[in-house]
Amino acid sequence: MPKSAYSIDNVEEKIERVIIVAWVDNEAGVLARVSGLFSGRGYNIESLAVAQVDEEKNISRITISTNGSKPVIEQIKAQLLKLVPVHKVADYKIDDTSIFKELALCKFKGNDDLLKKAEEICIDFKAEFLDKTPQSFIVQIVNARREIDDFIKKAKPFGLASITRTGPLAMKKGSETIQENKGKVL
Amino acid sequence: MSTELTGAEIVFKALSDHKVEYIFGYPGGAVLPLYDQLFKQKEIKHILVRHEQGAGHAAEGYARSSGKPGVVLVTSGPGATNMVTALTDAYMDSIPLVCITGQVPTHLIGTDAFQECDTTGITRPCTKHNWLVKDVNQLAETIHKAFRIATTGRPGPVLIDIPKDIQFKKGIYKSHETIKIDSYQPSFKGDIHEIEKAIELIANSQKPIFYTGGGVVNAGAKASDTLKELISLTGFPITSTLQGLGCFPGEDSQFLGMLGMHGTYEANHAMHDCDLMINIGARFDDRITGMVSKFSPNSKKIHIDIDPSSINKVVKVDVAIVGDANSIMTSMIDIIKKKYPGFKNSNKEKISNWWKQIEIWREKKSLAFKQGPKTILPQYAVHRLYELTKNQDTFITTEVGQHQMWAAQHYKFSKPNRWMTSGGLGTMGYGLPAAIGVQLAHPKKLVIDIAGEASILMNMQELSTAVQYRLPVKIFILNNEYMGMVRQWQELLHEKNYSESYSEALPDFVKLAEAYGAVGMRASKPEELDEKIKQMISVDKPVIFDCVVEKEENCFPMIPSGKAHNEMILGPEDEETISEEGKVLV
Ligand SMILES: Cc1ncc(C[n+]2csc(CCOP(=O)(O)OP(=O)(O)O)c2C)c(N)n1
Ligand SMILES: [Mg+2]
Repeated sequence: MPKSAYSIDNVEEKIERVIIVAWVDNEAGVLARVSGLFSGRGYNIESLAVAQVDEEKNISRITISTNGSKPVIEQIKAQLLKLVPVHKVADYKIDDTSIFKELALCKFKGNDDLLKKAEEICIDFKAEFLDKTPQSFIVQIVNARREIDDFIKKAKPFGLASITRTGPLAMKKGSETIQENKGKVL
Repeated sequence: MSTELTGAEIVFKALSDHKVEYIFGYPGGAVLPLYDQLFKQKEIKHILVRHEQGAGHAAEGYARSSGKPGVVLVTSGPGATNMVTALTDAYMDSIPLVCITGQVPTHLIGTDAFQECDTTGITRPCTKHNWLVKDVNQLAETIHKAFRIATTGRPGPVLIDIPKDIQFKKGIYKSHETIKIDSYQPSFKGDIHEIEKAIELIANSQKPIFYTGGGVVNAGAKASDTLKELISLTGFPITSTLQGLGCFPGEDSQFLGMLGMHGTYEANHAMHDCDLMINIGARFDDRITGMVSKFSPNSKKIHIDIDPSSINKVVKVDVAIVGDANSIMTSMIDIIKKKYPGFKNSNKEKISNWWKQIEIWREKKSLAFKQGPKTILPQYAVHRLYELTKNQDTFITTEVGQHQMWAAQHYKFSKPNRWMTSGGLGTMGYGLPAAIGVQLAHPKKLVIDIAGEASILMNMQELSTAVQYRLPVKIFILNNEYMGMVRQWQELLHEKNYSESYSEALPDFVKLAEAYGAVGMRASKPEELDEKIKQMISVDKPVIFDCVVEKEENCFPMIPSGKAHNEMILGPEDEETISEEGKVLV
């Protein structure tokens, strides 16, 4: 249940991790509106990715990974739809009806020995090598969050010096695309 | 080829196209070109307030009482930050405002220039939408969008921040007919299948109640007539939120009074025990529901709201209808008439026990008070004010505190748009500027701000505005020398530790009125009250009426925090029932 001064005795609801996607006008301040809505209403942002996806219509797709009980997720979507520059909103539960991918860039540095071991792990995880010097290399890995977590854990002792990650992007499997839902009861 | 106008000319042309009569504002460096343009035109009148917050609340009062958007013009920096409270107030209570702020010239934005602040950043969470206009050719379109967004769907405040150089620059004026906002299309007509489901529930209910709110006021003057028809067609009882008062006549026998924290015994018990709740234009606010988990546990719930995000936000409902209240109620009436001709009579038997139960609750007379011979009880003062003004079309605003609740309980409204109070934000200092806005919209009508002595001091300076524009607003202060509502909570919840709630060093309100060029009067005995109120009404000038009342009177009935509707307390006898955990709630 949402927060209210009176709701202290609420039964604990199951919290689930969800990816929320909003299609927005690519205009000044729109990201601040979306992120401000999350912080202002006490919702969590685990990761956030934004980029324009339709140049002609000037639409960006904002992907936010968050968590909350079912009613909270529904309320987040309803509040997002209320923002004027938001066109439609969808949520993707972490299950096998959707694809979730995240990109990480990792820099390794160290002596030959260390880098050799690191290389093996990278090959194991099908990482792509993007840059190499005698003292270092950079790989790119595209996978689900857990896979990347796993990779990082394994690679950490072998000269992993710098990591950057995008957070997940999501897309429904199959031919279905997300329908307009502005102004609708969810 | 259209001729080019300056930004300032574009602003006034757009305001005139939207038939704006009044702007409430205050000048400053970043809006001088706009004030220069104001000076050159005659059509739109400017009301010079004494503090920008006053401009905002005055615009709210104007909007609430007239159904038209209120327009505000203030300068950058402190002018804009002074508007934040009023914008938030309008946002919480769904009042249409269009606020224009000046901004430092575009090339200075981001340099911490004199009187620069991030106005769109600061006001983003307290407006329905806002814009910083950096291109004069976007200005007209932005203003048109602003009016559309402020006044349609769930109304609210919008803000347009205009840098000073844009006010000087020349650009093309675009008319408002061509404006399209792809991502903004509020729904108006409700889903007919959901409406039919609602009618089925209505036809089968034995213990129904209508619970109506400010959404009915916002749906326009016709909505109240439609509501009256719906209520009389069904024969069901009806209760209203603070914001909805006036949509249904307060003296009608089907009306149970206001519900919620200081609502009547019968309204709250009926809400708790009903088997069907029909919410029209209300949002299950925490002052209404009390403890959500104990809120009306055995009822089916229908929720009619124009804002889809209100649905299932606090209380999960069985049938949700999104759209305009008037349109949906009209459909409901049509369906009932068609499917169940003579519904009221054929259904009478089914709900007769329910009405019997309601009459038993009514017998508690939860709003009763005993006026003695010595000091004036605040309830009595409001009661007399009502009796002496009910025969003329009177508009009431309030400040925030006990006096506000007593006004809501004891002043009965028979029409919408006659009651202006800050409900969502609970802003002390709202009532006087709001009354000024109301008086402008209704020059010939009686406008009274029912005030507390603490609240009134928060925007007292606006009395000067009232005097300047000859607006004969009446400030009726229920003077208990305390921040009464704070004192009441301290008494009931904090062991009578009256921490900072007593007003030492109050001004002499009679002299204060005179200093402003208004009229001051005082009543402190019950027997002089009527005569003085009549005198106040007859003065064609702003008046401060210092009504000296019982200092430690509490506002009852009351649902203590953390309790259910059927656990309300009626008076001092019940006070010990407030629990420890109730204290941590607000
Ligand atoms: C701007 C603002 N500050 C503080 C409060 C908290 N508050 C609520 S009621 C109240 C006391 C109001 O006193 P008064 O105007 O004398 O009204 P009374 O309750 O005595 O009728 C206060 C301080 C508020 N609502 N608004
Ligand atoms: Mg007081």
